[in-house]
Amino acid sequence: MTDVLLQVDDLRVSFVVGGRELRAVDGVSFSVDPGRTLAIIGESGSGKTVCCRAIMGLLPLGTAIGGSARLRGAELIGLSDAELRKHRGSDIAMVFQDPARSLNPTMRVGVQITEAIRTHRKVSRHEAQTQAIELLRLVRIPAAERRFHEYPHQLSGGMRQRVVIAIALACRPKLLMADEATTSLDVTTQAQIMELLLELQHELDMALILISHDMGLAASYADEVIVMYAGKIVEQAPALRLFGAGGAVRMRYTRALLDAVPHLERPAHSPLPIVGGRPPDPTALPPGCSFAPRCGSAADDCVAKAPALLEHAPNHRWACWHPCENGGAA
Amino acid sequence: MTAEPTPPDQPAAGEPLLSVRDLVQEFVVRTRGAAGTDRTSAAEGVLFGTSGSKAGVVQAVSGVSFDIMPGETLGIVGETGSGKSTLARAILQAPRPKSGSVMFRGTELTRLRGRKLLQARRHMQFVFQDPFGSLDPKWKVRSIIDEPLVAYHAGDRTARGKRVDELLDLVGLDPARYAKRHPRELSGGQAQRVAIARAVALEPSLIICDEAVSSLDVLVQAQVLSLFEKLRAELSLSYLFIAHDLSLVKQVSDRVAVMYLGKLCEIGPGEDVYRQPLHPYTRALLDSIPSTEPGAARATATIKGEPPSPINPPSGCRFRTRCPRATDLCATEEPKPRELAAAHFVACHYPLSQPAPVATVVTAADATTGATFRSA
Repeated sequence: MTDVLLQVDDLRVSFVVGGRELRAVDGVSFSVDPGRTLAIIGESGSGKTVCCRAIMGLLPLGTAIGGSARLRGAELIGLSDAELRKHRGSDIAMVFQDPARSLNPTMRVGVQITEAIRTHRKVSRHEAQTQAIELLRLVRIPAAERRFHEYPHQLSGGMRQRVVIAIALACRPKLLMADEATTSLDVTTQAQIMELLLELQHELDMALILISHDMGLAASYADEVIVMYAGKIVEQAPALRLFGAGGAVRMRYTRALLDAVPHLERPAHSPLPIVGGRPPDPTALPPGCSFAPRCGSAADDCVAKAPALLEHAPNHRWACWHPCENGGAA
Repeated sequence: MTAEPTPPDQPAAGEPLLSVRDLVQEFVVRTRGAAGTDRTSAAEGVLFGTSGSKAGVVQAVSGVSFDIMPGETLGIVGETGSGKSTLARAILQAPRPKSGSVMFRGTELTRLRGRKLLQARRHMQFVFQDPFGSLDPKWKVRSIIDEPLVAYHAGDRTARGKRVDELLDLVGLDPARYAKRHPRELSGGQAQRVAIARAVALEPSLIICDEAVSSLDVLVQAQVLSLFEKLRAELSLSYLFIAHDLSLVKQVSDRVAVMYLGKLCEIGPGEDVYRQPLHPYTRALLDSIPSTEPGAARATATIKGEPPSPINPPSGCRFRTRCPRATDLCATEEPKPRELAAAHFVACHYPLSQPAPVATVVTAADATTGATFRSA
């Protein structure tokens, strides 16, 4: 128990939209060990981002948050902004999708990094500046001294994301959450940034939560994978088990996600397996399995009662009444 | 030079539908006080507006040639700033390319003006990345799809109304439910279907898709891709399919072209380009894709740094500053496209089908971004 860095139990987040309750995250539990990588996979609206923002305390006022998220035993949910600020940056940091929007366009890059350092630590301006340049070097930005004095618009997308990562790492957090951090980047830049994150993770002994829609990213970089659909975890397993030889994918939605990704191995114009429809309205979730209306294998019991997320095999949980056999590979 | 317009002919059998030769598109970059060294803005080309002094010329597309046969899909892959979107717009004559030729259905588009150009372009339609950005938020779906029909006087009101219903049916949207909606009442996938319905309304022979499915979730993306395939078969369409996602392009394309800094570095049958890439850049792109294959090695950054500024591209081969195989020859002489396998062209002095050059010279002077990464 003492080993766990982040322990999330039965996290529930709901908003009120037009008088109706919207359950964005519904009973999510997981844990992250120090230095490990967890990938949270799902489509837009599956609740993956809301889940992490709830942990960071970044949701708007009036959001109902229930359950618990403990960082090395200390409860994060329900803390005041001032209390949370002690954890943000120094314990947990977050990197967002669009580096252009995470940076202030009117401030030099260096100022933004030193600001982050001086917010959390009592150091002199000069000392902060030295640390900032070191951080720029840490994220492999060439000519760090020169870049320090530049504005975000003078940097390319990849460089900007490196700056954002530098700011996130300013206080050496124990946990870094990357929310689609490489989605807007080119493949070669994405590979560079992911490599950087892994190296830094090693150097700083940091745990990583990758929030993404990209199965390939999860398969390539994560130790543990969580698949979310309509606010719930539908499958959770070590990446090797899920994507490894023999493919042990059980939940039909995970299978559908994997099948829908174009593969280089597929011949041109080969038909892609199609899942019709779209995710359910989060203000009116069906009583049964929320994937049932789109699932090819749905039976009466799927519509009647939602399957629970149970550990059916060691370290492998899934929520499905009629799981795929042998990974269900097409 | 106002040449007399050629009458639009039907392409003869065996003739390419679209034939692009030596297409060049340039933008003048102007300064706003400080020197225009901004890489990303420079790639956008026109961001600096028309004021200020001339800081340089960006050749966003630099001598690109290719053909698309009737019913064929050509995929174009490349990174941000490689000029793939500029190429698509240059083909459409919006804006007009600086030089080069665009033959579409036997008509030279670069010399056409006004009504003649409109008529020729009727058979060439565009689908953009952001469906909400390309659909007027105040219009209803019916009017959006009806607009091209009105513009080209395709039938009276009743006939057009019937046609809109057919088109909605074709893209898998129930006319009764969706025709009266506004774009904001649609999901991303549905909005993209409306954009596609509008694109096929005039029965074009070529559709240019610029990152048309890139903003969609993977399951919806698969739905829209299947729609493209269905339309290809039913309406015998050709596509120019532009995307940064290599797997996606492979899925839909007969032939694939790889673009880097405004130039085509490789073009060939999709299967060959992916199985046996000839250009080191293609190899690097392929190696950067994270794989869902069991036990596959994780993707590693195979090329370092970022593309150099298109204002002042490297001499010789434009990829040489990041290329592991570059030698002095690459800096002095620009490689010409060569056909090394059937219909498989590559512009490289040292294609991957040959052993690496013996004396590999790392052009350290150019590697302002690359050198530092190697220390890691």
